[in-house]
Amino acid sequence: MAMTDLRLRSIAIAAAASVAASLCAAPANAWEPTRTVEFIVPAGTGGGADQMARMIQGIIAKHHLMKQTMVVVNKAGGAGGEGFLDIKGAKGNPHKLVITLSNLFTTPLATGIPFSWKDMTPVAMMALDEFVLWTNAASPYKTAQDYVAAIKGGTPGQFKMGGTGSKQEDQIITVALENAIGQKMTYVPYKGGGEVAVQLVGKHIDSTVNNPIEAVAQWRAGTLRPLCVFDSKALPVKDKIAGDMAWSDIPTCKSQGLDIEYLMLRGIFMPAGVPKEAVEYYVELLKKVRATPEWAQLMHDGAFNQSFMTGADYTKWVENEEKRHRDLMQKAGFMAKN
Amino acid sequence: MSNPPNEPQSTGPRHRTVEVWVALCILALGAITMIGSLQVGIGWGAEGPQSGFFPFYVGLIIIAASVINVVRAWAGPGARLFAEWDQLAQVRKVVIPMAIYVAAVPWIGIYVASALLIAGFMRWLGRYSWLFTLCLSVALPIVIYVTFEQWFLVPLPKGPLEDLLGL
Amino acid sequence: MESIGDLMGGFAVVLSWHNFIYMLLGIMLGVIIGVLPGLGGANGIAILLPLTFSMPPTSAIILLSCIYWGALFGGAITSILFNIPGEPWSVATTFDGHPMAQKGQAGEALTAAFTSSFVGALFAVIVITLAAPLVAAFALQFGPAEKFSVFFLAFCSFIGMGKEPPAKTVAAMMLGFALAAVGTDTVTGGLRLTFGSTELLSGFDFLVAVIGLFGIGEILLTMEEGLSFKGKATGINPTVVWQTWKTLPRYWLTSLRSCVIGCWMGITPAGATPASFMSYGIAKRASKDGEKFGTGEIEGVVAPETAAHAAGTSALLPMLALGVPGSPTAAVLLGGLLIWGLQPGPLLFVEQKDFVWGLIASMYLGNIVGLVIVLTMVPMFAAILRVPFAVVAPVILVICAIGAYTVHNNTFDVIMMLVFGVAGYFLKKCNYPLAPMVLAIVLGDKAEEAFRQSLLLSSGSVSVFWSSPLVSVIMALGLVALFWTAISAAISRVLKPIFAR
Repeated sequence: MAMTDLRLRSIAIAAAASVAASLCAAPANAWEPTRTVEFIVPAGTGGGADQMARMIQGIIAKHHLMKQTMVVVNKAGGAGGEGFLDIKGAKGNPHKLVITLSNLFTTPLATGIPFSWKDMTPVAMMALDEFVLWTNAASPYKTAQDYVAAIKGGTPGQFKMGGTGSKQEDQIITVALENAIGQKMTYVPYKGGGEVAVQLVGKHIDSTVNNPIEAVAQWRAGTLRPLCVFDSKALPVKDKIAGDMAWSDIPTCKSQGLDIEYLMLRGIFMPAGVPKEAVEYYVELLKKVRATPEWAQLMHDGAFNQSFMTGADYTKWVENEEKRHRDLMQKAGFMAKN
Repeated sequence: MSNPPNEPQSTGPRHRTVEVWVALCILALGAITMIGSLQVGIGWGAEGPQSGFFPFYVGLIIIAASVINVVRAWAGPGARLFAEWDQLAQVRKVVIPMAIYVAAVPWIGIYVASALLIAGFMRWLGRYSWLFTLCLSVALPIVIYVTFEQWFLVPLPKGPLEDLLGL
Repeated sequence: MESIGDLMGGFAVVLSWHNFIYMLLGIMLGVIIGVLPGLGGANGIAILLPLTFSMPPTSAIILLSCIYWGALFGGAITSILFNIPGEPWSVATTFDGHPMAQKGQAGEALTAAFTSSFVGALFAVIVITLAAPLVAAFALQFGPAEKFSVFFLAFCSFIGMGKEPPAKTVAAMMLGFALAAVGTDTVTGGLRLTFGSTELLSGFDFLVAVIGLFGIGEILLTMEEGLSFKGKATGINPTVVWQTWKTLPRYWLTSLRSCVIGCWMGITPAGATPASFMSYGIAKRASKDGEKFGTGEIEGVVAPETAAHAAGTSALLPMLALGVPGSPTAAVLLGGLLIWGLQPGPLLFVEQKDFVWGLIASMYLGNIVGLVIVLTMVPMFAAILRVPFAVVAPVILVICAIGAYTVHNNTFDVIMMLVFGVAGYFLKKCNYPLAPMVLAIVLGDKAEEAFRQSLLLSSGSVSVFWSSPLVSVIMALGLVALFWTAISAAISRVLKPIFAR
């Protein structure tokens, strides 16, 4: 169709070739799923984690990467606690996977629902999702410094930050921002990232910390303005998005005097006590998924940080991240009382 | 939710008795709501109401309305019957198998339980021949399996039989 | 008109034979999804989404949007025949649709429902075709305070009109609010009313409550009354469609009003469910036969179905133009757009003309095709009531149980469904109205969320609810609707002497 993105075609062909290569080269695995694999999403339909899970499911189906079928099951209750408890209860079941977002760390701390990543087997980090500080394009704040100055000059709580969910990643960043600036903001929780972006377009709030993919359409339409990205280095994608701005042109928040870094895990876990061969099988499977053109397109559109980790590296990363979240949540006063 | 009220043994269920029981059950739910709200805080903080603010007053209104309902039911005409014993027996014929079905689903899976439920109904209430009963009660779970698991990829609860078959 | 030309281009895209096949397939699947409670348009589309990756985006969206239309049509079928709403927005259809089926008019009710759905959808598509940018700008006006005022209006237009004692209406409605509050509090992220139970984490889903209260409750009532559906005597009448059509133009005003309510609710985006309730409530007040609503009035089927379908269709507009889904189904479609490499948003209409106008053209064609398909099946659906109760009852029970399970993939919900069913039997026998309770369950937490977001934005000042003209007008409309009986009585008291003079 005419809609196919031309600039991606070359990437696509290269990636398709590598998929074909990896398919031929794949050795006979010691373990293979013998029944339908359930892919749990601890969030509602339509969100970022759900999209990624369904994307993985679609890629596996389209390229016949697995003999058995994979089904996506949403278990969003209790800020995702329902989904994680399901994995915790499925000890030793190698036909269950779960995709995580930051609620892997925040939900047990904020709600007291009893689970942790230690109840699961880490499989692979698929990507990290970036966060960008956005304001309305009609606002006078051209840079993060302008905006920070305005917040400092205003009254406590005068500036409204919209975000997804409560006591989760968006609010953690907001609290970090408040601490860096030294002034309170008002945090308003909404249900989904798309809604947050549109509330900003409608000027009901002053700023957001949306993920790139949630706000990119409004940016391209010239209604939103990115101020800075909460990462240690600028984003890699250099295609022009709005006017002559590209993702890579957004400065890091650190360079703007806000020393805040936050990336959200999009990782895959399995229940505890599964055979080692099963974990290896899924790692190989996910590697194949990552080599497809569809995956490349998603990573490109969402300006994801394409880190990939497995095994001990991944476990170590998760361990550090949990400590960091505990620290952040404690500082912000988000811990459950009981 | 409200449990079925205990039917009086001697006289048969009068409408007034059942109505009072239903109102009392709702009142109890209102009280539970209020207790739960108190646990999470019912104040009006600087940034608007706390988690328990709305449920607390909702619970309070439920209790107030239920008190009115209890009083009105008590004052109402006492002679009217809620239902005849035969009729309640009919209702029980659905509720009891259904309760067993619901309890059995987590253990034996939804397919086997459904086959048993359908077969039971057809034999017991419909008095159909064994052959027809068997055909339908086996065929329907298979249709459901194909529709949900194969076609729409929605997994349903399974039990030992499915494990045995490797599904 | 530029948009007319674009639309014609869209028709050219859609009218290829393989797209037409996708359309037929989509409608058929959608009807099945709509009929099965629990398997809603949203999960139907979510499930099929991965299968569409290998298709061109236009064909894929045609297939998926036709599933959506099919689900909208299909939801009415079980509501009318068995009092089980296949979809949340068909709850209001049961109020008069099921009594009609009990009177032996299942065919008439189905025809009216399908035709009204079509009218509502057509109206919404025309609005999208002609006024997309304008409508998108209107949708941007809706912040939390505006949303709360819309929910307030929906409640006000629906309550205070039943024949039941007020204390029972209040008790039932508040019980609905209490049930809606269980689970995670979205504003603070904490848990409430779960009492440490992990089963209650996700709260009481509206569908589980509705399947129990209406579906199971109805079977229990039927058992009590002696083992058969009252509509059993329905003859199979092949001309029923034509005969019903002759009576429908009479309700043009109700239809038009419901279309407007539906479009508004779909765009804001409050969704199809409040639209159907609100439209039913207002129709009941406005109709001269309002007293007879609930006993099988065809107007009581026309109003909610028109509004639900108009809302369901117009909900796609904010999704395309703003990237904000107006319904859960639209949310999944939105995910699909992203996966196909399309970015919904203001530029979609400019950059992806083929796609957008192809989709809009498929809305016209899909609905026409859908209408033809479902209408030809009306006599067949009506004939289901002739199947003996001992066969159909366990099948319904099984389908209800599966429906309750699939909502959260949780067997606890199946238990809750039975509890709701028994409760529904007793509540109904004791003259508690179930409709306000259901409305409270579906809108309760959303209304509370919007209320509390508004207060966060206003730093705790309640004046936010009359701070802007838009909010004030909607809130005032709500108050008028709430006190309509008193107001209309006062007006007639004032006007009577004037006319008498």
